[in-house]
Amino acid sequence: MVHDLYQETILDHSKRPRNCHPMQDANRKAEGYNPLCGDKLKLFLKLEDNIVTDASFEGSGCAISTASASLMTESLKGKTREEALKLLDRFHDLLTTDSPVSNDLGKLVVFCGVRDYPARVKCATLAWHTLKSALNNAEEPVTTE
Amino acid sequence: MSALISAVTAGFDVERIREDFPVLKQKVHGKPLVYMDSAATAQKPQAVIDAIRRFYEVDCANIHRGVHELSQRSTVAYEETRGKARRFLNARTRNELIFVRGTTEGINLVASSWGRGNVGAGDEIVVSAMEHHSNIVPWQMLCEEKGAKLRVIPINDRGELLLEEYEKLLGPRTRMVAVAHISNALGTVNPVRQIIEMAHRAGALTLIDGAQAAPHMKVDVQLLDADFYTFSGHKVYGPTGIGILYGKSKLLNAMPPYQGGGDMIRTVTFEKTTYNELPYKFEAGTPNIAGGIGLGAALDYVTGIGIDRIAAWEQELLAYGTEALSRIPGLRLIGTAREKAAVLSFVIEGIHPHDIGTVLDRQGIAVRTGHHCAQPVMDRFGVPATTRASLALYNTPGEIDALAAGIQKVKEIFS
Repeated sequence: MVHDLYQETILDHSKRPRNCHPMQDANRKAEGYNPLCGDKLKLFLKLEDNIVTDASFEGSGCAISTASASLMTESLKGKTREEALKLLDRFHDLLTTDSPVSNDLGKLVVFCGVRDYPARVKCATLAWHTLKSALNNAEEPVTTE
Repeated sequence: MSALISAVTAGFDVERIREDFPVLKQKVHGKPLVYMDSAATAQKPQAVIDAIRRFYEVDCANIHRGVHELSQRSTVAYEETRGKARRFLNARTRNELIFVRGTTEGINLVASSWGRGNVGAGDEIVVSAMEHHSNIVPWQMLCEEKGAKLRVIPINDRGELLLEEYEKLLGPRTRMVAVAHISNALGTVNPVRQIIEMAHRAGALTLIDGAQAAPHMKVDVQLLDADFYTFSGHKVYGPTGIGILYGKSKLLNAMPPYQGGGDMIRTVTFEKTTYNELPYKFEAGTPNIAGGIGLGAALDYVTGIGIDRIAAWEQELLAYGTEALSRIPGLRLIGTAREKAAVLSFVIEGIHPHDIGTVLDRQGIAVRTGHHCAQPVMDRFGVPATTRASLALYNTPGEIDALAAGIQKVKEIFS
């Protein structure tokens, strides 16, 4: 049923998104856009000594994309760049394959229902695609200007 | 609900009509399918499916020039649709009906073929703020190429064109006015007869995007005095990949071909090619023959029921649906024109249309969510997207009740 998709944690994070604010001293920024639904998202990261010390986002979207951004920013803090990218792969597997759920995902397992809603996978991955783009411009840190 | 059945629609047996549509006899996620996405594509009656099947099973051959029996049959069946389209739009002659892939191609054909010879630097093309992208982008491309200007008729908060602003846009440089007969995102029925008359007074031509109008109201191109009028087969209960472009023969004759190839020529040598007469001049290559034949069956189906009766039924559905949805707290209808087709586009405070669409889908209700290929309309109303329930002749008041109940369920989940 539809509650498999909209689990309590997802509804909670969509109604009260965490880390939902711009970050003045971010040294990595990226914008994500889902042309399908017009959702736009700005991601802010503070990457210090290869560790994500802070993460936030702003933008408006559906419950799935908002909750995904909220939970992602929560789970990134304290992770190295490599760990963050690995988490991205695990998250992608969770949404698009039938492989067993990885233990590394923590709270993010609440998105397991999305795999039964192919039209909504892009909503859940928008924040993560944006993360990849933020982490990959590592050589050329985005200025806070 | 009994009050809904007026004298006009008393004889309209929607349950019998539903029997004609095999797709409607299914359950989706365990619930009876409630199909409310007909503005995107309408479902197909058995007669259309049978006509396409018959073509492939019995009559399949390429059209024109074939001397064998099958080619004769397929040519006759395909060309009969042109005659049916002529009657459907009340065009003067069958030569004024060009087969195209759909409305989008119809508009592109005119923008490209007519635009090439008739639009220059500093000229102006007028569209409206409620156009589908397909009636914006081809003109924008033409303007870019020619150094011409695109002007936009604004709309009011109900989603109606501001005719006094339109009047001001018209001038000696206006070459073309291209507007939708009915807005796909808002349901607004535009006063196209008046729009055309005003354009003509300014010396401009007109193209009417009839994609949403052809299935829902009587269209008479002579009465409207439209220069070009185009619609898609698949929205009028026919197959995808086929549509009709009407153009006044005087204009079509003066236009260069759109594409080169077989069927559109009279003689070909490497020195010089002469083009075929209308309508074939604009029909290069083997067309969508099955689609054309299916469209003929669709036009027969609509004509058999009567477009005026269909329109009356849909108006009752619209009134019932508008009332049902207006009762839902937090729901705002986008598009409340006084002249409106059966489109219910709405937003709900604090709930994204995609979440609404997903929850409704799980209850078997098919609606469209997003910008409906009309981003400027979304911008005008300050929303990124809407949920749109678009109704057709096979929808029922009971289905509207199901939609309203579905929306309540959405609100329960996200409240």
